[in-house]
Amino acid sequence: MLEALLLLPLLAAALMMLIARATAGRTLLVAAAVAHAVLTAAVLRRIAEGNPPSAFGGLLAPDMLGGLFLGVASALFLVTSVYAVGYLKSEEDLGERSHMKTGERFTNAPERRFTACLCIFLSAMTLVTCTRHLGALWVGIEATTLASAPLIYFHRHRESLEATWKYLIICSVGIALALIGNLLLSFAFVAKGLESANEAADQLSLLLRLAADVAPGGPAVPWLKAAFIFFLVGYGTKMGLAPLHNWLPDAHSQAPSLVSALLSGALLNCALLGILRGHQILIAAGLGGFSAQLLLFFGLISLAVAAVFIVGQGHYKRLLAYSSVEHMGILAFGIGLGGVAVHGAMLHVLCHSLTKCMLFLLAGNILSRYHTLSSHDVHGMRWAMPFTTVLWAGGFLAIVGSPPFGLFVSELWIFKGALAQGQWVLGAVYLALLAVIFVGMSVPILHMIQGTRPADLPRATREPLLSVLPPLALGLTVLLLGLYVPQGLRHALSQAARTIGG
Amino acid sequence: MSILLLLLFLLLLNNLLLLGTDRLAGMNRLVAVQGCLLAALLICLDHVIIGAAILLIKGVGLPLLLRRTHLRIGAPSSVPPHLPYAAAVLAGMLGLVFALWLEKQLPLPQGFFPPFLLPTALGTLFCGLLLVIGRASALSQVMGYLVTENGIFLLGSPLMSAGAVWFELTLLLDLFVAVFVMGIAINHISSKFETIDVGRFRSLRD
Repeated sequence: MLEALLLLPLLAAALMMLIARATAGRTLLVAAAVAHAVLTAAVLRRIAEGNPPSAFGGLLAPDMLGGLFLGVASALFLVTSVYAVGYLKSEEDLGERSHMKTGERFTNAPERRFTACLCIFLSAMTLVTCTRHLGALWVGIEATTLASAPLIYFHRHRESLEATWKYLIICSVGIALALIGNLLLSFAFVAKGLESANEAADQLSLLLRLAADVAPGGPAVPWLKAAFIFFLVGYGTKMGLAPLHNWLPDAHSQAPSLVSALLSGALLNCALLGILRGHQILIAAGLGGFSAQLLLFFGLISLAVAAVFIVGQGHYKRLLAYSSVEHMGILAFGIGLGGVAVHGAMLHVLCHSLTKCMLFLLAGNILSRYHTLSSHDVHGMRWAMPFTTVLWAGGFLAIVGSPPFGLFVSELWIFKGALAQGQWVLGAVYLALLAVIFVGMSVPILHMIQGTRPADLPRATREPLLSVLPPLALGLTVLLLGLYVPQGLRHALSQAARTIGG
Repeated sequence: MSILLLLLFLLLLNNLLLLGTDRLAGMNRLVAVQGCLLAALLICLDHVIIGAAILLIKGVGLPLLLRRTHLRIGAPSSVPPHLPYAAAVLAGMLGLVFALWLEKQLPLPQGFFPPFLLPTALGTLFCGLLLVIGRASALSQVMGYLVTENGIFLLGSPLMSAGAVWFELTLLLDLFVAVFVMGIAINHISSKFETIDVGRFRSLRD
């Protein structure tokens, strides 16, 4: 089952490269996404039943934490693949055109290469979420960078190329640092006769067992601490934790919206998983306090940096990108707090991914209608694209943590976690930063919705179903998660949270 | 042991030369030499399969790929760096001194690292990062990334084992694809911007 989960998208990618007809490629993309989602559901069911599947001699054997991230990635891929059908059709119709800001003439990369890279990207994320080998996890994360770089450079103009280059270099070097973290973890256990942790397919279990025997103040302690720092810096770069986030606003703003949706909703989680594996090992070694403090620190820094850049932000896709930095900060903060906040963070992973994916897809709709990325130039959306406007407003309320959406619940749990730990000051800072971000985001969003329709913009027409149904589905799910978390999901979130100190 | 020491010394020398070289073709040759030295080192440490793979990929394949890219785009022989060459060499030397000091502080079992391997690995890593940060040309940044990876490979060499060859080979494959993708990106940068000076990337900012 897991073999198929990993290889099926690769097979689809190979077929896409062979198929010349665009419609066949799009159909194959949706078919691969559906098949992956069905297999993922089966895997999640087995994990929930306490009988997790295993493949390649234990190299792939997801636990609930990985399963949660896998489920999110697969669900988002399914939704974006449906959206992609309409998007790619409209891009095909547009053909060669001028850049809206610079006037530069550009075309798109070949569509079959784009859809093939999407599938390889899915396969890489599957490896990251399913493996229990930290080296394979590293390889998977590096593979996500390589597969997603051509996706960011789909529109072949200078700005997207600049964003792609920054993404490639910053993330590749960042992830190289995470590889040092892997080495340092092994160094920690050399004295215990561990020749090579890489030989064990289920490396995580081996490292957790060895970590449990680490004596306080023993020689392994500095190595473990150093390893976590490298994980945090390395994977934190990819996750978009401030001040390592520089690539993120550029890449998210220049990539096609459905790619931004996947980068923000699924890829950032994969990098977070790398950090969480390190945190898991430090907790087992009795050093959870050290890693938790670092997560708290970087979480608050990310929230603060996001707040600074969100206020006055005039580019609505960059606004969403900085919102991702904010939410990665919230996740790090919640996990760093421990206890009930970790449960909140797990729910937050789910709700943020769904909401951010929804908002990026809607941003794509706005861009195709208004032909600008400036929130100052977009106004009167409610007259020009009423259905998208309703969803955009709902998505805004959800992402800033308003009731009754799921993010309100998760952010409240994290706040409760801060109070439960007696961290009143940190809790107050967290709330204050969320308030600043709420105000900062509401100004451009409300400006876009209100006002009159630009004179040169045609009247509202029926919006294509494929452009509004996927975000609608995501929005409804986030709303439902705010009103009711099903028992099975609640159990799964608890199980995932327990592995990282919840 | 003496061959090992000689190889480590040559690697350190290679690092300093890389930091002080302004010509892209010269840098590429030094990166190729570094790949060969790394391969020889690993073969000395009895990692023959990995050593051969590194020779093929880092010593020959990737430098050829970079040379081909350089020739195809017709880039200038050198691009002014962000960090002056003399300062870069000085920083590289300081990095090496720091690595020598750090080796004494680390609690490692006796004999786990062959003498001077750890400082050389850290020095190489530092040299790679200096190239990525200090150089303005896209090609030099890719070379810096390669050098960083060489340092990491060297650092991990005592952990290499026959049972985990698949892992090291996968890393090499990953690296090969990464440099390949970067090479393609450089081709596009050259044709879109008519330069490979990434210092001119200033259109995306808040």
